[in-house]
Amino acid sequence: MASSDVARQPDKGVRSLSLAGHVGFDSLPDQLVNKSICQGFCFNILCIGETGIGKSTLMDTLFNTNFENFESSHFEPQVKLRAQTYDLQESNVRLRLTVVNTVGFGDQMNKQESYQPVVDYIDRQFESYLQEELKIKRSLHNYHDSRVHACLYFISPSGHSLKSLDLVTMKKLDSKVNIIPVIAKADTISKSELHKFKIKIMSELVSNGVQIYQFPLDDETVAKVNTTMNGHLPFAVVGSTEEVAVGNKMVKARQYPWGVVQVENENHCDFVKLREMLICVNMEDLREQTHTRHYELYRRCKLEELGFKDTDSECKPVSLQQTYEAKRQEFLVELQKREDEMRQMFVQRVKEKEAELKDAERELQGRFEQLKRLHAEEKAALEEKKRLLDEDQSSFGKRKAAAQLLQAQSLTANGKKDKDRKKKNDG
Amino acid sequence: FCLLQQCLGTHEVSCDLYMVASSTEPQPQAKGEKTPISDTSYVGIDAILEQMRRKAMKQGFEFNVMVVGQSGLGKSTLMNTLFKSKVSRKSVQPNVEERIPKTVEIKSVSHDVEEKGVRMKLTVIDTPGFGDQINNENCWQPIMKFINDQYETYLQEEININRKKRIPDTRVHCCIYFIPPTGHCLRPLDVEFMRHLSKVVNIVPVIAKADTLTLEERDSFKKTIREELRANGIDVYPQKEFDEDAEDRMINDKIREMIPFAVVGSDQEYQVNGKRILGRKTKWGTIEVENIAHCEFAYLRDLLIRTHMQNIKDITCSIHYETYRVRRLNESNILFTSNPPDHPAVQPKANGQPEEQPATPQPNGVAAQHEALSHEM
Repeated sequence: MASSDVARQPDKGVRSLSLAGHVGFDSLPDQLVNKSICQGFCFNILCIGETGIGKSTLMDTLFNTNFENFESSHFEPQVKLRAQTYDLQESNVRLRLTVVNTVGFGDQMNKQESYQPVVDYIDRQFESYLQEELKIKRSLHNYHDSRVHACLYFISPSGHSLKSLDLVTMKKLDSKVNIIPVIAKADTISKSELHKFKIKIMSELVSNGVQIYQFPLDDETVAKVNTTMNGHLPFAVVGSTEEVAVGNKMVKARQYPWGVVQVENENHCDFVKLREMLICVNMEDLREQTHTRHYELYRRCKLEELGFKDTDSECKPVSLQQTYEAKRQEFLVELQKREDEMRQMFVQRVKEKEAELKDAERELQGRFEQLKRLHAEEKAALEEKKRLLDEDQSSFGKRKAAAQLLQAQSLTANGKKDKDRKKKNDG
Repeated sequence: FCLLQQCLGTHEVSCDLYMVASSTEPQPQAKGEKTPISDTSYVGIDAILEQMRRKAMKQGFEFNVMVVGQSGLGKSTLMNTLFKSKVSRKSVQPNVEERIPKTVEIKSVSHDVEEKGVRMKLTVIDTPGFGDQINNENCWQPIMKFINDQYETYLQEEININRKKRIPDTRVHCCIYFIPPTGHCLRPLDVEFMRHLSKVVNIVPVIAKADTLTLEERDSFKKTIREELRANGIDVYPQKEFDEDAEDRMINDKIREMIPFAVVGSDQEYQVNGKRILGRKTKWGTIEVENIAHCEFAYLRDLLIRTHMQNIKDITCSIHYETYRVRRLNESNILFTSNPPDHPAVQPKANGQPEEQPATPQPNGVAAQHEALSHEM
């Protein structure tokens, strides 16, 4: 993308000069184009549609290659997005193409939140570009632009009208991305039904206020073709990568028992129109709209959300830097306050815990004292008992000794008595 | 059509890295031709070149060139010759009293020119008074300030919330410095000026009024100048460090061999060999401005306009402006805070959030005792 933006109209106060000869700056567009060729281009397409509606096949057919997608299951619990990036080359133009497919769209029982992953993805790409743009050391010209440039919304060929899921999703996306609605599997609708269907769809979109992408009309070279094409929206497409022999040529087609639907036959479907509009005529405009309209809107909202303004309350212009610094100061002050609060809380809890522990200590101390006292009392009692026991023992001992003595005495007395008796008896 | 096809990584859920090579021949088609039915391989990606060209033609271009040099060196005449119209008014001889401006003035004049459908807003910035005073110290400062002011204006617009769809580009893309044809070497003024300004703007030095030098004098003068530039570390356009690839380097090396271009300007036409050409008529012959045997005006014109104009603008946008921006944003950061963050990001996330202190208290042994006692029990 050209990184230097130029004035659209000649300024009022600037004179026009006529050149007296060939200067040579008419080669400027060529210089610009050469630079772009060296840099390469990038283009990102988002395909939204129910599982099995033909998104991958259409991509394959559009870019004439096989992107090797596999069929997704119908049992995804949530809508997911799968992005694949490819490097394509045609003559001297290198294109980095990213195709993002929704997986599981329209399969869930409750589809209320189906659009959210898509919106989130688009916002994420804007966000990363914004981050890169706001960096101090940035490299925008090397940056791989992943913002979604075009969104192909696949409408089921019911023939009646749009589904409410379609309306809701498109309404959410119309301010974020260029929406190009297409009717998928258009070979299931007859020509008259198709005509009515297209009118119904467009009127529903208009009455619901959905802004789809209009091909630009400001450049005379393409205004005519774009006006015609605007009238053919939404394009009824058929995709196919298989080739069938028709006459003596091989064409991309779908073969049925009752006939062959040729993809590139304008009478059969609008595929050629889609390719023409999407790639050959308006690719650059799609990229430009994404950058100047959708991205700017996102950026403005995002920055305003964060509190940045161009003018402060007195309506004096405030630079982004000043606002940022003011917010930063505010934030730092708050951080400081929170830190102080936390510190205070911490101190308080420490105190409480300390008090708790002191209480516990005191209690323990008390119990210890008590137990000690009990222990002492018991010991004293035991001592007392021991003493009594000892006394008993000693008194018993004494009595025993006394008794023994008595016995001994009585023995001797008895002996004496015996002796005496004997003596007496003798005598 | 696809010579080479590679699948690169993914951002989301599940995807593998693999390469697919297709063997169909590339078939470029001119825009507007209906694709013949037998050709199933045309997609139309190369039509984007045409789309870009259309967009560029519709938007128009801008080019801002500054001319610096002492008065009388033929700056205005050269500008008029380059753009084949009166883009600069030659300084009318003022009264004796107001002859020499006290300071360097900056005069910017814009014109809309158009050639073969390509519209361009050409701005020529003149610097009368440069090098004309007796004391010329710091005479580059007003010029430096002007250049930085343009960067500042662009930066302010760029960081606005509600910004214009196309930011008007007043940044000086190229500064042509006129070296007087002394034939000896660069003067201190020249060296000082180029040293300071080659860092902020693309400088293209030219030897003015080169018809006073013979070819040998011219060659030796050029060689001396080149050596002096190299010795002083002055990088003039095309800068060596910004060469993108080998091819670029080759082309630019050839140019670097020739700078500074020895130019002669004229807005008068004379009849030479039956053709009317721009030149200077003197008694000893007519100097043809666009004849490369006479002077190198044609090389200068080709470099500036026909081949490298876009490159000059790109270097200004992506290198000089970015350098200014980095410096400016870092300055503001240092001014306001003590530690400049890595980038003034949209999210003022907490880089310095205080860590959660562990809530476990570390009292002075009460707990230890508590534990000991409980064990004893």
